[in-house]
Amino acid sequence: MPVSTVAAEATVAVASNFTAPANQLVEEFEAQSDHDVRLVFGSSGRFFAQISNGAPFDLFFSADQEKPQELIESGLAIDDSLFTYALGVLVLWSRYEQLIQTSPAVLSSNQFNRLAIANARHAPYGVAAEEVLSNLNLLADLQSKLVRGENIAQTFQFVFTGNAELGFVAKSQVYQDNNLISGSAWQVTEDLHSPIRQDAVLLQRASTNDAALEFLSFVRSNRGRSIIESYGYVVGD
Amino acid sequence: MGFSEADVAAILLTLRLATTVTILLLFFGAPLAWWLARTSSRFKGPIGALIALPLVLPPTVLGFYLLIALGPNGPIGQLTQSLGLGTLAFSYSGLVIGSIFYSLPFVVQPLQNAFEAVGDRPLEVAATLGAGPVDRFFSIALPMAKPGFFTAAVLGFAHTVGEFGVVLMIGGNIPGETRVVSVQIYDHVEALAYDQANQLALLMIIFSFLVLLSVYGMQKKSHRQVLRFSP
Repeated sequence: MPVSTVAAEATVAVASNFTAPANQLVEEFEAQSDHDVRLVFGSSGRFFAQISNGAPFDLFFSADQEKPQELIESGLAIDDSLFTYALGVLVLWSRYEQLIQTSPAVLSSNQFNRLAIANARHAPYGVAAEEVLSNLNLLADLQSKLVRGENIAQTFQFVFTGNAELGFVAKSQVYQDNNLISGSAWQVTEDLHSPIRQDAVLLQRASTNDAALEFLSFVRSNRGRSIIESYGYVVGD
Repeated sequence: MGFSEADVAAILLTLRLATTVTILLLFFGAPLAWWLARTSSRFKGPIGALIALPLVLPPTVLGFYLLIALGPNGPIGQLTQSLGLGTLAFSYSGLVIGSIFYSLPFVVQPLQNAFEAVGDRPLEVAATLGAGPVDRFFSIALPMAKPGFFTAAVLGFAHTVGEFGVVLMIGGNIPGETRVVSVQIYDHVEALAYDQANQLALLMIIFSFLVLLSVYGMQKKSHRQVLRFSP
């Protein structure tokens, strides 16, 4: 049997905000390939610590650019495999239908007690949310109303359960096929924050792992890109 | 080396939370433990099991359902709103409520064990000497169960200090209000600030070790095992 058809297996560490598209990517990839891809979801910070300490991952889909870059610098990841697989889109969202009138106006009103954002110390969506507030000159005024989720999934939870009336969440969490699933929302204009770039990198131990390499090229293919876009992300060039 | 202002705020908040929760738990836990120790009701098993649930449930599960319960449509949220208190998620009071649920078995079980160890005999003797039920509780059971109270208080306090999953779910990471030490350590790790994380974690290890040491020292002195977990 020729070597190239031997089924290989790759284990992929994926930032939890990318759970849904990653599942579909793997499903379609496995349907057309002999290789197997196992997905592990979690926080990028935790994955970074685990990979630095020898965790058996082959690919790392981070929620930011910083962590893959640091892994390259410490020799654990392969430099020329680094690429931006998705750009996150930030949305101001509420479960209440009338609250947001497709503009940020509600943020300067008294119609809410709590605004949920992701923690800007380590979550890229949190950094973007603080930039938006700061560009709208609202960051200082709203400080006492801010509650911080550890990641964008928890931030969504705070708003979904109604404990926070408003929150900056990922478009992928509240839109399906470009339609708002429920509640009300304002899609933040791109000029209000720097891009939320999510980078992926091949880890050193997988430099000759066919499953990992072929899965990477599938993610970068036209079909891969359109799957990612269908979940509310933007795919750059 | 040195703790940042945010670290110090987190340490002080954690101590305040653990103190409040321990006092409330001793107050409410003692009658509950007394009832569990003395009763032969058929509800003893189910209630004991209910109290022990947080020992088994993943804290994030408990936290998630607390978040829903505290929310505007949840039973606790409806109650607090009708009392004019608003909703309690992301507040210190919310953390106190969550911690009481979470640390309940750590207080009730040592107390129950201690009350059971008192046995029927001293209470019967007191009864024949004319002591009423309230008198028997305060002058016989309470003094004899003193080591149990010590263990319960220390464990309740320590367990609240070590709480993470529940606080993470219902806290919202507000400095001085809900950002406790365990959450601060987690944030340091997530932000790759391992030095700061190490410092706080070391403090926590030393604290926890001393706490357990004092409990085991107490047990040796009283020749009675109060640190065991059984309904």
